[in-house]
Amino acid sequence: MSDADASGASDGDGSGAFGAAIERGEDVPLLTGSGEYTDDISLRGTTHLAIRRSDHAHARIESIDTSDAEAMEGVLAVFTGEDVVESGVPNTIPTAWDLPGLVQPQYRMLATDKVRHEGTPVAAVVAETRHAASDALEHIHVEYEELEHVTDPVDAVERDVPPVHDEAEDNVAFDFELGDADATDEAFADADRVASVDLRQPRLIPNAMEPRAALADWEEATGKLRLWMTSQNPHLHRMLLSAGTLGLPENKIQVIAPEVGGGFGSKIYHYPDEAVTAWCSMQLGRPVKWQATRSESYLTDCHGRDHVTTGEIALDDDGTIRGVRVETHAGLGAQLSQFGTATPSYLYATVLSGQYTIPAIHCRVVGAFTNTTPVDAYRGAGRAEGIYVIERLVDVAARELEMDPAELRRRNLVPPDEFPYESAAALVYDSGEYERAMDLALEHVDYEELRERQRELRDEGRYIGIGIGSFIESAGLSPSGLAGDLGAQAGGWESSIVRFDSTGSVTVLAGTADQGQGHRTTYAQVAAEELGVSVDDVTVVEGDTDRIPQGMGTYGSRSASVGGGSIARGAREVREKARRIAAHQLETSVDDIEFDDGEFHVAGAPDRSLHIQTIAHEAYLGHDLPEGMDPGLEETNFYDPENFTYPFGTHVAVVEVEPETGEIEIERYVAVDDCGEIINPMIVEGQVHGGIAQGIGAALYEGAAYDDDGHLRTRRMDEYVVPHATQLPDFETDNTVTPSPHNPIGVKGVGESATIAAAPTIVSAVADALEPFGVDHLDMPITPESVWRATGGDN
Amino acid sequence: MSEHNISVTVNGTHHELTVEPRTLLVSALREELGYTGANVGCETGRCGACTVRVDGETIKSCTRFAVQSDGAEIETVEGLADDGELSTLQEQFQENHGLQCGYCTPGMLMSADTFLRENEDPSREEIRDAIEGNLCRCTGYHNIVDAIEATADQLGEQR
Repeated sequence: MSDADASGASDGDGSGAFGAAIERGEDVPLLTGSGEYTDDISLRGTTHLAIRRSDHAHARIESIDTSDAEAMEGVLAVFTGEDVVESGVPNTIPTAWDLPGLVQPQYRMLATDKVRHEGTPVAAVVAETRHAASDALEHIHVEYEELEHVTDPVDAVERDVPPVHDEAEDNVAFDFELGDADATDEAFADADRVASVDLRQPRLIPNAMEPRAALADWEEATGKLRLWMTSQNPHLHRMLLSAGTLGLPENKIQVIAPEVGGGFGSKIYHYPDEAVTAWCSMQLGRPVKWQATRSESYLTDCHGRDHVTTGEIALDDDGTIRGVRVETHAGLGAQLSQFGTATPSYLYATVLSGQYTIPAIHCRVVGAFTNTTPVDAYRGAGRAEGIYVIERLVDVAARELEMDPAELRRRNLVPPDEFPYESAAALVYDSGEYERAMDLALEHVDYEELRERQRELRDEGRYIGIGIGSFIESAGLSPSGLAGDLGAQAGGWESSIVRFDSTGSVTVLAGTADQGQGHRTTYAQVAAEELGVSVDDVTVVEGDTDRIPQGMGTYGSRSASVGGGSIARGAREVREKARRIAAHQLETSVDDIEFDDGEFHVAGAPDRSLHIQTIAHEAYLGHDLPEGMDPGLEETNFYDPENFTYPFGTHVAVVEVEPETGEIEIERYVAVDDCGEIINPMIVEGQVHGGIAQGIGAALYEGAAYDDDGHLRTRRMDEYVVPHATQLPDFETDNTVTPSPHNPIGVKGVGESATIAAAPTIVSAVADALEPFGVDHLDMPITPESVWRATGGDN
Repeated sequence: MSEHNISVTVNGTHHELTVEPRTLLVSALREELGYTGANVGCETGRCGACTVRVDGETIKSCTRFAVQSDGAEIETVEGLADDGELSTLQEQFQENHGLQCGYCTPGMLMSADTFLRENEDPSREEIRDAIEGNLCRCTGYHNIVDAIEATADQLGEQR
């Protein structure tokens, strides 16, 4: 950990470990090619699974003939949906979030009656080799009766189209409302001005660099299933596989997430494919591996966003916001993914107050079934969509009031002395210094001077735009009781074990699961700080349900706050037990024992001391412990947060737009984030960088599209733009630190913040640049063509 | 299906293997020879996770059949470190936090390593051009560019 030593931030005894820019312990295997991702693992006798998917968006399955495929060399078996049904397993891919009036159609591993989106799994081939399995796919003969399809969430409920599911004739899965409709109507009636915007937030495809994969190994003799898979939450997968899909007891399922190559939400979900992999292994008694191709990822990884929204904002002439009204059609896709219902409802509507004191808010969301890939949480999930709406509204309102958009924001920010702040959208914000972060971001770009430069350049026919994105995020999912009240079918706690061994080293077993966030480093920092040991003395283990008994996983910017909170609390319990042993052996009372840099010493007598690592040895010797104390030194912790955490910040982008060509160049991108206490500034910066990249991607490049036949048009990497190095600028980052008052270590989380901020910031900047053309909004992705059209290029 | 016997040298070690004509080089490296450092991220040659060096030139090993590499000298990410000691480039990736999930990293390192052989003092723009064919979804590239720039500086000082 050379960096920490060089910076002097860590003196090797743990104090100062928290907050140091320590290099990542996980890097070396990844840099040398020895890190093992799922597809890198092979077991003796591994067979290969390929999945036949529907080519149609909507069709009735008339027949499936597998005989030709079964006769092929190397093919071990071909299974259809009927085979799964006949096997008697529960065969359900469950929803994990209920809503009032929610229509929950059947969701099976392999389709039996209808296919409802292109890519629906209809049959599975297991063969001795990958080639043999994929060769056999085209020899499965499926007869379909094609049905009319719908891919747009507004068309789905407003046009007369056949339902995706018979249970929902109008394709409405839920009709959700949040806030006070009457108070909002009143606020709008009383306000001086109303501004509005109609916008679309296109479908995004997460594009983790490692496509999903699974390797299943069923052991008939013990009735145990081992499943290696690309999972953000192995324990959740264990639970859903057990209860919903395979019907095995949880203690007979081991889910292992080895190195996982990115997730961004897409690897949270319990998909049919991994379940089919496991089921095939159970049928054949041999290890079965499935590795998605990139095209399969595009067709089957849950997509994000897909909102069509009308937003309105009511203000007084002085810029005071009086109310916000939002109506959204959210595409859910053909099936309800685990959090597909929560993402466009509670995770979305609750952040519509943004950083602002808004007395009245009302939001209605119609969740629509469409003949498309299921939609669920993608980095920013719900919060990104909600902040986008309020930030676009504030910009449009500033234009309406002829007020500087920074000034309009400033007038409405929740002031620091208003925390905890209860918003009109049902959240209680924990802490915030919004103006401080905004000022810092504006200072970085020298805002006033920049506005002056903008005016001068406009006179020369050049168009720069200054975009502002101020955001909050409800992170740290989630307080279990609250989430349960809102419909969650799983807890929001996190669990960990902090264990000293007898030689003084520490193991942290954490229930979250890393896909690049650096938990093995940051968690070690948290534990080292609490225990007064060196970061090098701490080993963090994640991603194996047999080694880590319980956990909820990594999503919703929860690992640092909920996972880290659990580790800190467990470590404190360990420390207190050690303190009692120290008091006993130093022959004094517990109250007289002070702890400093790993050393327990008697108050006023610093030479009478015992190091925590010595006490660890004593705890396992068990020769001389306080009366009635059990040996050993470890603690299992379950931490259920009392509230969400609320990261915030302001991002500012400076762009230059060339109206003739529509080209957009990002001159500067400044991000000021406040994620509470910072465990490792290097890792926080990395999370911000990656988040910005995905937000810029959404704003300028990405967006999935379906053609008139209901086929995904963006199904390859040359059709869906994942931003490359020449499409992104250098980033400038800074932080303010406003600790979360209720989190054990004061952190708020940072995984999604920058994605939430970046999309509205960039759109704000482009719209600002195009103000002289009367353009106040352009939908994402803003392409050169859309700029060119908006500025009258096609007239 | 007919099969072909080919021989390749990977990171200095000679290998003989039998492959189908359609076996991609990346599959031969990963599945036949156990060099699992190069990863498969797409099937269209866009992502660059499978980048290796063949006879001194970086190629995307999913765009070439194994039989086309008969007799070739292949270098993969596994060959960058020297007896367990990281190369300057690898060290700088760690120091600058130039990787998160690590899936693109083997390909990114091979592209950067080759680029730095021919460009001793590159600008950030030139670095971005050089890694344009290697997609990373985690880092936003900023720290990768930092790492490559720092490597060039450090190698320059050593010259």
